[in-house]
Amino acid sequence: MSTDMPANKPIMTARNVDVFYGKKQAIDNVSLDIPENQITALIGPSGCGKSTFLRCFNRMNDTIQICRVKGDIRFAGQDIYDPKVDVVALRSRIGMVFQKANPFPKSIFDNVAYGPRIHSLSDSKEHLEDIVITSLKRAGLYDEVSDRLDEPGTSLSGGQQQRLCIARAIAVDPQIILMDEPCSALDPIATAIIEELMDSMKEKYTIVIVTHSMQQAARVSQQTAFFHLGELVESGDTEAIFTNPEKERTQNYISGRIG
Amino acid sequence: MSDEHIVSSFDEDMTQLGDLLLEMGHVVTSQLQAATRALRKEDRELAKEVIAGDKELNRLESELNDLAIKILALRQPFATDLRKVVGTLKSAGHFERMGDLSRNMAQRTNTITKAEAETGSIETLIRMSEIVQVMTNSILTAYQRMDEELAEEVRAQDETVDRLHNSLFREMLTYMMEDPRNISGCMHVMFMAKNIERMGDNVADIATEIIYMTTGNWPEESRVKKDKTSRIIVEPDA
Repeated sequence: MSTDMPANKPIMTARNVDVFYGKKQAIDNVSLDIPENQITALIGPSGCGKSTFLRCFNRMNDTIQICRVKGDIRFAGQDIYDPKVDVVALRSRIGMVFQKANPFPKSIFDNVAYGPRIHSLSDSKEHLEDIVITSLKRAGLYDEVSDRLDEPGTSLSGGQQQRLCIARAIAVDPQIILMDEPCSALDPIATAIIEELMDSMKEKYTIVIVTHSMQQAARVSQQTAFFHLGELVESGDTEAIFTNPEKERTQNYISGRIG
Repeated sequence: MSDEHIVSSFDEDMTQLGDLLLEMGHVVTSQLQAATRALRKEDRELAKEVIAGDKELNRLESELNDLAIKILALRQPFATDLRKVVGTLKSAGHFERMGDLSRNMAQRTNTITKAEAETGSIETLIRMSEIVQVMTNSILTAYQRMDEELAEEVRAQDETVDRLHNSLFREMLTYMMEDPRNISGCMHVMFMAKNIERMGDNVADIATEIIYMTTGNWPEESRVKKDKTSRIIVEPDA
């Protein structure tokens, strides 16, 4: 049974994290480990702080002027809020996929090639092509677009665009991929394809996903963390959270008794 | 836990599911009671009513199954709700089985009464039946209240049924050895006793389900089975 499975060692650790938007506290003293090569789902009602917490992991909150992050967040042992950290490099190690697919207004090829180009990851045209094709394959998109790599990314369907964004994140060879509601704009089939993709991706990457769909969290993740009013109420083995949660607040939320 | 679900029709479905199981339990108790009375009074009319009455139980089970599947498909319950739907579904299967066993008892009563077969004393069998009826009533209360302590008590009571079954087995062997003409009737009584012993096991299994529904954990110790009839041999000269 999965409860007996030893948890993988954490690749990210968060300790006593507080996040403020101006005077309003959005995250209150949250500590959580993100196990390597697993999928961790962050769930909770709207406004509970789950997306805010996710954005702490690659310092996306830096882009919000009034946002302050306190506490200790480490990636592979290193404090990511250390002033010496190169944030652009950090984000190439910890990629992100957003709710709404947001391909650049460029060709499919250039969307994926964009990251490797700005990070100078390829030493030749062939190498770059190789990276683009491998990334598209890993994102499960290559077979559908191999004959039209020069067409605009925006010409793809919603589900394909989202996989293009995943390919774009993978192209810079990250270790962690943060996903913020990646399927909320997709139909059930496109969602299933992304979920299947996530499952195969966890061999190579660590995934943290914020989702409003508890069924999705139950389906795809190994670890689930439940947030409510900025606090981490409970985290643990996904199977245990959805069959026998310890805390009453978790019980009430997942069984539809608080919104 | 907060009692009210945001979607009130979900609560209605869950209440209806629980009511269906309780109704099944009440039908099972009255079927067993009637089957036992038919045996004691050699009442073939009553036995036939029991046989016909099993249809109602099958109907209730199929209604409960449909509702449980609907809840799983449309509501996708989690945690306590999930455990309750699955536990109730499994318990309904146990009640349905108990109904079959009661019906079988009534069929045997019909047969031996018609043939006027000798059976020896059936007091132990009646005692077994009474205990299982009490266990069934208690398990319904335990389900209604989600009371794991009461469920645990019911699990323990099954031991008594097993012990009585063992002693009835020995008793019937002696009747059969006394006079081979008793064999036919005694065999039927023995099968009826086995039916009741199985019914006790079914109630104990429902008790286990209730403990899981309530606590989220399966009881640690597996239940002590006291049915030893599979190992009893009586020598003709003993």
